[in-house]
Amino acid sequence: MPDPGFWTLQALNALQLSMLLFLLSIGLTVIFGLMHFVNLAHGSLYAVGAYVAASAAAVGGYWAGFFLAPVAVAGLGILLYSGLIRRMRRSGPMAQVLVTFGLIFALLDLSRLIWGDLALSIELPALLAGRTALLGIEYPTYRLFIIGLGLAIIAALAFVLGRTQIGAMIRAGVDNDAMAACLGINVERLFFIVFCVGCALAGLAGAVAAPLLSVTPDMGLQILIPTLIVIVIGGLGSLKGAVAGSLIYGFVQTFGAVLAPQLASVLIYALLAAVLVIKPVGLFPAKG
Amino acid sequence: MNRKTLAALGLAIGLAMPAAAEEITVGLMLPFSGVYAALGNDIEAGFALGLETFGDRTDATFTIIREDTEASPPVALGKARKLIMQDRADVLTGIVSSAVLGAVRDIVHSSGVPLIVANAGNDEATGEACSPFITRMSFSNGQVNRPMGRWMAEQGIGKVFTLAPDYAAGRQMIGAFADSFTEAGGEIVGQAFTPFGKTQDFGPYLAEARASGADAVYVFYAGGEAVSFVRQYDSFGMKDALPLYGSGFLTSALYVDAQGEAAQDVVTALHYVPTIDNPENDAFVAAFREKTGRVPSEYAVHGYDAARALVEASATGAADRAALADALRQVSFEGPRGALSIDPATNNIVQPIYVYRTIAGETGMTQEVLAQTPAEADPVNGCDMAPLIN
Repeated sequence: MPDPGFWTLQALNALQLSMLLFLLSIGLTVIFGLMHFVNLAHGSLYAVGAYVAASAAAVGGYWAGFFLAPVAVAGLGILLYSGLIRRMRRSGPMAQVLVTFGLIFALLDLSRLIWGDLALSIELPALLAGRTALLGIEYPTYRLFIIGLGLAIIAALAFVLGRTQIGAMIRAGVDNDAMAACLGINVERLFFIVFCVGCALAGLAGAVAAPLLSVTPDMGLQILIPTLIVIVIGGLGSLKGAVAGSLIYGFVQTFGAVLAPQLASVLIYALLAAVLVIKPVGLFPAKG
Repeated sequence: MNRKTLAALGLAIGLAMPAAAEEITVGLMLPFSGVYAALGNDIEAGFALGLETFGDRTDATFTIIREDTEASPPVALGKARKLIMQDRADVLTGIVSSAVLGAVRDIVHSSGVPLIVANAGNDEATGEACSPFITRMSFSNGQVNRPMGRWMAEQGIGKVFTLAPDYAAGRQMIGAFADSFTEAGGEIVGQAFTPFGKTQDFGPYLAEARASGADAVYVFYAGGEAVSFVRQYDSFGMKDALPLYGSGFLTSALYVDAQGEAAQDVVTALHYVPTIDNPENDAFVAAFREKTGRVPSEYAVHGYDAARALVEASATGAADRAALADALRQVSFEGPRGALSIDPATNNIVQPIYVYRTIAGETGMTQEVLAQTPAEADPVNGCDMAPLIN
């Protein structure tokens, strides 16, 4: 039986994976909940974020990529919003799924044309390289940084959504957008802001994931399914749902790989099926 | 001018003309899009360079028809049909993915078109599913890993934990290593197969490897997974306590620079590295560099040697499908990888395997060859090969 340090290590691994997924799923779930818009291209935005970060890091170091990627991806989000998504708003989920699914492949090939087929990566700054002693084990500092960043963003979003006026407007919009519009909230502008923030977070997730994973054209496709699972388990549109879904996914995936390696790839899908049967709206949906 | 002089003139012209140059149509089946596009491009560059370098050894001229197989068996099957039936290709070459090779195997075999495999390493292709028309100039999964089991045991490594993606290639690579390693007296203390293409975070498996009590870790990963794996292995600081060994695709010259310092001191085995010291390789590396600006990878050498095998086969006078297939089975030459030949029992390549260490060089990471293990033919693995015609 492995020592307690082994389990601490795995718990941190699970937490780290959860935080990475959270950064992606929160943007997608709020866009989903608020705009009833199915944006399957969210994963591609994450890949673009990783590529932008890799390019920027090659010139200006890790932090250049870290700060530039969310801005660049938010910019791409603005383009997508004004060029495509605003027109698609009322065209029903099937058309939206088809268009954004097509967008995945367009963006995938675009990033291949620009950045090539070979895997890229980012060197870490000295501050985040190496390992830190924690709870009796040595853990990579960068993974701790991801956990910290995820927790900080959860806290910031919880504050904005729960304690500020714009947060109240977003929650109202998610609950009932027609009523919110009647009350004088500019729902369309709200959508736009939320969409941009969601894209920026996807870009940030890409920049954060790039040094840990490798940057490849299909990374957006690879992360899409886990992100969708997180959202379905957690429930659409809520911060609490995204947090819970991410944690469940991270822990099931990590401990599944250790305790039941043969089942590792099936376990999370079984859980997804169970949630859909027992509570089809997810664990913490925004609408009661 | 009377009829007789005309006839004489005609005869004279006929005699003066060199033997009509054969035109050989080559179907180049490679992934130019999808996950293996980088490999496809490298193989194509190697193939073009091979034809350029050796083309004058034969009178035949080659017409290349390139088709994108993606990484998709059904797409590749369609393209193979087109090349064989519509373009009347005399010979096919390429094939990166083993699944694609499996899909086109039957049509190649039944139509009798020779296929020079320039990558796909599935053991079965030159085992149970072997064909006199399929000649492999690349490698087989077992071949690359088998010598490493013995070599590691000789280095005094007793206990090993293995890791690989959970699909045919991963299982075959690790299987061949584990067999030869235990045969040489080593012990496999644990194994994990990670879901293929779905594993981004290797952290859970790395912790498991560390807790297994092994002396070393032996892995197979390729492409993006290899980059992630090596970087994550290093980030957990495991290289000092638990040295990393593996199949050479782990630290392929194609992407080792994306792994950077994390790949330092990883020891792996492969049939080709750009730093092999022989005149053929020096010439190949210099020519490839000049043409593409890159160091050639093992994929590039597959293309290069496939082209050379084709040239050598046609230089024997073979020009139709059956004759080319037969000539390809008898090809042997000194290439960048050393002495190569084709095993008549399986049509798989017989080649030396190089154990190498990845080290930091002047311009990025480079390879230091530690040992060259002698070439040996793969076990026949159920291949019932038709004998050579001549």
